[in-house]
Order: sequence, then structure tokens, then C-alpha cells
Amino acid sequence: MTTHYSTDHEWIAVADGVATVGITDYAQSQLGDIVFVEVPQAGTTLGKGKEAAVVESVKAASDVYAPVTGEVVEGNAALEADPSLVNTAPESDGWFFKLKLADPAELDGLMDEAAYKAFVATL
Amino acid sequence: MMTDESAEIGDRLLPLDGWHRARGARMVSFAGYQMPIQYEGIMAEHQWTRMSAGLFDVSHMGQLLFIGDAADAALELVLPGDIKGLAEGRMRYSLLLADDGGILDDLMVTRRVNDIYMVVNGATKEDDIAVLRDALPDEITINHMEDQALLALQGPKAAAALARLAPGADGLFFMEAGAFAIAGVPVWVSRSGYTGEDGFELSIPAESVQQIAALLVEQPEVKPVGLGARDSLRLEAGLPLYGHDVDPTTTPVSADLGFALAKRRREERNFPGAERILLEREQGAILKRVGLFVDGRQPVREGALVLDGEGNEVGRVTSGGHSPTLERAIAMAYVPDALAVPGTPITLSQRGKLHSATVAATPFVPHRYHRKGSLK
Repeated sequence: MTTHYSTDHEWIAVADGVATVGITDYAQSQLGDIVFVEVPQAGTTLGKGKEAAVVESVKAASDVYAPVTGEVVEGNAALEADPSLVNTAPESDGWFFKLKLADPAELDGLMDEAAYKAFVATL
Repeated sequence: MMTDESAEIGDRLLPLDGWHRARGARMVSFAGYQMPIQYEGIMAEHQWTRMSAGLFDVSHMGQLLFIGDAADAALELVLPGDIKGLAEGRMRYSLLLADDGGILDDLMVTRRVNDIYMVVNGATKEDDIAVLRDALPDEITINHMEDQALLALQGPKAAAALARLAPGADGLFFMEAGAFAIAGVPVWVSRSGYTGEDGFELSIPAESVQQIAALLVEQPEVKPVGLGARDSLRLEAGLPLYGHDVDPTTTPVSADLGFALAKRRREERNFPGAERILLEREQGAILKRVGLFVDGRQPVREGALVLDGEGNEVGRVTSGGHSPTLERAIAMAYVPDALAVPGTPITLSQRGKLHSATVAATPFVPHRYHRKGSLK
């Protein structure tokens, strides 16, 4: 499994053509306490850069964009009952959705962990 | 997806700016100042204030003194409260009114031995001073106390913590104020606040505020709390935020602040906009500010629309968010007068999505003020 990162602070873990997408620890720390998450339903087709999910902290609503194109195979139902999983486990149990990659070549435009760390250090 | 409202060039710095940063505060632009929005997290700070005591820096607010004979009568030219009847050491909530009865600001006014002390909102203070200077006779001196910081200590354990540093301050009741000293520094203490909890506001010379803030957070009950929790606390308490829930297009009646219209002043009918405001008081305003319980967990925030049965916009949400105490979404909105009754179902629209809500009695979370004559 390889993990990629976007400049929108998402992580994308790819295995067998399916990408699991979530927001990074840096992103959750910037957002603060998460009180609501809306994830896409299975079967939804998402285009790269299109709105995929909504995350609401105590102070503001933010959109989460699809980092790559694909069809949603699962949204994380656990976030409906416990949105704070995004704060406590952003890069594991707090994942947002899984999608079947339409074009694996899109992954080439993303960062690896070292590049993402360097990117965050500039912020 | 990042939407951080980072500090803007030209923002002024609070006297405690470095102190906030040293405590890990995240600073944002608010009312022309760089202000701490949170330290450890809004939710934790909110809950800490409800169960112990939070220290808030509200030094952006305007502190004014009115000096001169009959300053009380002069202030009645622009405020609808009974200022002449205000006893020494007592304070009232009041409204600065425009000629048409619109609300230019909401404020606290206190009679002291030799002057009248007023606290106004930070974003409006310069405009307020211009309105007041224009309306008041030249014999009344207005002193903008720019060298005073203002801290709020709020929560059920605020009195115990403050009494250790300012002996006797816990003898004040809600809406009373007096002069005290902390470590030899003169501090004007008011038993008031903006969280619905018991608590105090402390006016402190700016050059000593760091020393006093340090003494306060040394108390085991006290932690610093940012603007984020201040907003969620006041929303739960049903208290309006000027510039959002109240503005010049709203009146004391539409904003549901009719308690600020003193009986004598209503009888004298001599405050700005009295004719319109008193007519609204009898017949109802077109729109009225209410509290809303929003179904589901998703916050519905300022700017969301209130819809009627046909989908027409008939009102607007002016504040909204997650209530940490109630663990549900709550809001304030202006709705048509006929709908402004607790229990009425309301439809809201936000970013193209409909939400069901119900008009709620406010405060959402009961006030716990230390009132004179109450049992505790």
C-alpha cells in the first residue's frame, strides 16, 4: 500500500486500485473540534477536484475535494455517529471514503510523505 | 479546504498579545485586532468555562467614561434605559439607538462615584464615540480609556478564584460593580459577562494586565479561553452578538431586547425612534429574533435562509453552531412575528440543502447568575 498526499491536506492510501481518502493530522489540527461530517454515498462518481465531503468544526464548514477521479465504493459510516474520530484518528479510523480509481495516472500529481512534510513545514 | 482567517495587516495588537502567543493561542483577525480564537481547543475551553472558570481577553472592547453634571440625563438622549435611576455601583444593559430606532450598538453602563462607565463593542467603538460626542452636550466629557485592558473571568468557580486575589469581590451580586485591588493594582470589577455563567469583568491598567492575567491563571480553577468558546457560550446563553444578531436594521423589539426599554422611558416616549419602537411593541415587529433547535448534527450558520411553505425567503439565520453542552445544533434567526413562538416548526436552507428546525425558548442553557435574593 502506498500513501499519497494532496496540497489540500488529504491523504490517499492506494491498494488494489482502491483509494482510501481522509484528511491529514495537520488538517484536523487546523480545523479544530469536528462536530459533523457528511461523506459521499457508495455509487457516487467523483471528478478530481470536485466536492466530495463536508466537514464542520465548531467554528466553520469546509469542503473536502476528491483528490482523484473515481467511483465511491464506501463512505465511512462511523463518522456520522462519532465525527470526533477525525480529530482522534485522522489517518486511520477517521477516513472519509474509498473510491475505485478511474485513472491511476492521476496519482502521479500527488506528493509522497516526505514531500508533504516539507510542504507543511512551509505553511 | 483550509479556511483559516489569519491575521490581517493593519490589525492592532492587544496588550496581552505576546502572553497569548506564549500560551499557544491561535490568533485571528477580529474587530480590527489580532485576537486569540483558541488555546487547547474550543470544545475543551467551552466545557472548562461551564464547569470551572475561563479567562477571556476582551480588551478590544471600548471602555468609556462620561464626566460632568447630569451625564446620566444626557445619556438618556441616546439610550432607552433608566440611567438617571441607576444607583451607584449598579449596571445595566442598554442600546445605542439611531433616530429611526435601529440599534447602533449594545452596551453596559455603570454608575460610579464621580462618573458613568460604559463598555461598548470593539468593532463599533469609534462610531459610537462619534455618535455620542455629537448627541451629548459639550459640558459632558467623554474619556475613551484606551490605556485600560479588559478581562472576563467566567464560570461557576470564578468567584472563589477571584476572591483569593481581590478579597471581597465575591460580595458583589450580578450587575453590581466596584473598585478593588489585585496585588496593589487598581481593578474595576463588574459581576457580569457574556457566557450565561456567574462571573466578572475586570478593567485593568494595560501596563499591569500581564501581571494580573498571570496571577489569575495561577489559580487552579482558571484557564485562558479564546473567542471561539466565547461565541459558543454566548450562543447557548441566548445572548446576541452585535453585527450579526443585532445591527442598525434591527430594533429593540425585533431583536427581542424589549427589556432594555425602561418603563419610565416608555411613558416619556423620548428616546430615539420611540414612536416606531413603541408601535412595534404594541403591534409586533415584522421579524423577530428567536432561538432555534436544528434537527440533526450539522450546524446551520449565519446567512442560512428561513423559508416559508412555498420556498420563499422570509427570514435569515444570524448565528448558529454546535452546542457543546446540549450536543446538538442551535441557532438564532429572524423569523416572521407569527412564527416566533416556541415549538413552531421552521424550514432552513443552507448551501442548497434543507434543514428542519423548531423555535426554542432561550436561553438554550439556563443562566447561572449570582443574583441578589437568589437562594445560592
